[in-house]
Amino acid sequence: MNLFDLLVGPFVSYGFMSRALVGAVVIALSAAPVGVFLMLRRMSLSGDAMAHAILPGAGVGFLIAGLEILPMTLGGFAAGLVVALLAGLVSRLTIQREDTSLAAFYLISLALGVMLVSLRGSSVDLMHVLFGTVLALNNDALIMIGAVATISLVALALIWRPLFAECLDPNFLRSVSGAGQPVHLIFLALVVLNLVGGFQALGTLLAVGLMMLPAAAARFWVRGLEALCLVAVTIGVASSYLGLLLSFHLSVPSGPAIILVAGAIYLLSLLIGNRGVIRTRLVPPRHRIA
Amino acid sequence: MRALLATISLALLTGTAFAAPIPVVASFSILGDMVQQVGGDRVAVTTIVGPNADTHVYEPKPQDAAVLGEARAFFVNGLGFEGWLERLVDATGFKGAVVTVSDGVKTHEMPEEEDEREEHDHDHAEEHGHHHEGLDPHAWQSLGNGLIYVSNIKEALCQIDVEGCATYTANAEAYSAQIAALDAEVKAAIAAVPQEERKVITTHDAFGYFAEAYGVTFMAPEGISTDSEASAADVAKLIDQVKHDGVKALFIENMSDPRLVQQIAAETGAKLGGALYADALSEPDQGAATYLDMFRQNIALLVPALLGQ
Repeated sequence: MNLFDLLVGPFVSYGFMSRALVGAVVIALSAAPVGVFLMLRRMSLSGDAMAHAILPGAGVGFLIAGLEILPMTLGGFAAGLVVALLAGLVSRLTIQREDTSLAAFYLISLALGVMLVSLRGSSVDLMHVLFGTVLALNNDALIMIGAVATISLVALALIWRPLFAECLDPNFLRSVSGAGQPVHLIFLALVVLNLVGGFQALGTLLAVGLMMLPAAAARFWVRGLEALCLVAVTIGVASSYLGLLLSFHLSVPSGPAIILVAGAIYLLSLLIGNRGVIRTRLVPPRHRIA
Repeated sequence: MRALLATISLALLTGTAFAAPIPVVASFSILGDMVQQVGGDRVAVTTIVGPNADTHVYEPKPQDAAVLGEARAFFVNGLGFEGWLERLVDATGFKGAVVTVSDGVKTHEMPEEEDEREEHDHDHAEEHGHHHEGLDPHAWQSLGNGLIYVSNIKEALCQIDVEGCATYTANAEAYSAQIAALDAEVKAAIAAVPQEERKVITTHDAFGYFAEAYGVTFMAPEGISTDSEASAADVAKLIDQVKHDGVKALFIENMSDPRLVQQIAAETGAKLGGALYADALSEPDQGAATYLDMFRQNIALLVPALLGQ
């Protein structure tokens, strides 16, 4: 087996492999920057919470329209948005903080979802329908991922500066402009959009994993926001490619393979990154020697 | 009400001949139908996992425990099919008979397991008959095994209701004759397909016993249980196989993820044949509401697709 067969061959010979690569790369491109902002805002776990929150919406979409990708996506998006907004509102209007209110609302939403799904009788059916696999991307799913990525990247570019300011110091942004609240809401909508798109096409694990792991790994290499996003996207793309190759050559499930590669990159970064354990703890900083 | 009272008093007077039906429980829809066929009017069958639902990953409800508490017998497939079985029986403290209808069936292991073990441990199943981990539970997919199920059901019903034994035996004989007739029909229909063209792909390899009994090769992109995820290598292998062997028929079973098969169909140009029923019956209006109808429906889909019609 030569190098071409090892590294490129699978994607040339098999349509489903190139589709899987395109899908995962596009999601990495759009979700990794969102993950960076989530991390900076200390909301790294909300991705997971949201994953559960969209269930009832997608379930309602399925009950109304059947196995159609658009109604389920819209339903999931609406449910995720409602949970995010309610959590945000509660944290702003009451003494409760956003992590607690988000936990409360996503649990309510999840329970509602499970109930809706089992009212229909066949729970497995719906879980399969709701959560895709990266190996079975059809044209609809690819178009949807593309649309999600486009909207997400354009919107991020538009709110980039105020969003960054809000990450650093929300009170400052609120004192100098009225943009804080809308920017926060637009950002939450982008999080939900990326997750819902990802669930439909790739499954929960991949959608949340490609959002958070590259961002977390990038943190050990660089400081600046732009640099963080670039490194995160690169890690996301590399994980998708290597994970699919692993899945192909070693015959392991694709979703977990991609995420485990991203996880390995995270652990490696944790150890040997510029700002990782070894450099900061074991190698003495130069200015102290001088 | 008056009629009911009359019936009850009549029943009391005449012994159990007109007694209320005996409550029994069956674990899933196919088995429910078979028990009803053998039991006839004398038993009232409640099915735990209903039509179109997946028994492998079912979550028992409190209602199931209540139903089971009333029942005289609990009919299960066994062979590890009902993973939740022991927990449910323990939880309800069910004291009646748990009847494993697959007793006496010649079992075989799941295809993947076989591949791995073939060289060093060929007779694993015979040595460790009690170890159900790698066994294929979908024994009812061969009508020959269906006959064994029927006889086990009859035996069990005769034990809990001795007076009805004659009825059960008669029902079982009539039902067995139907099953045997259908078995012959199925064999004849499949014999019309040339041996080398009997290759089918479905989303769920529940057709191991069918394959063995009727000489059809089933290939699947996913493993036996609906909770395992396919790898890229599996899908690629399958696409190669479809192209190489010229497989014409792709079937989506009634509950696994259809998208994977659609993708394979799109990539190979093979045709999708419809929904084969594997481990659940359909709703009454969908044409596969009984064990025999399920078989007829599967054959009606399978044979034309294999012939490329």
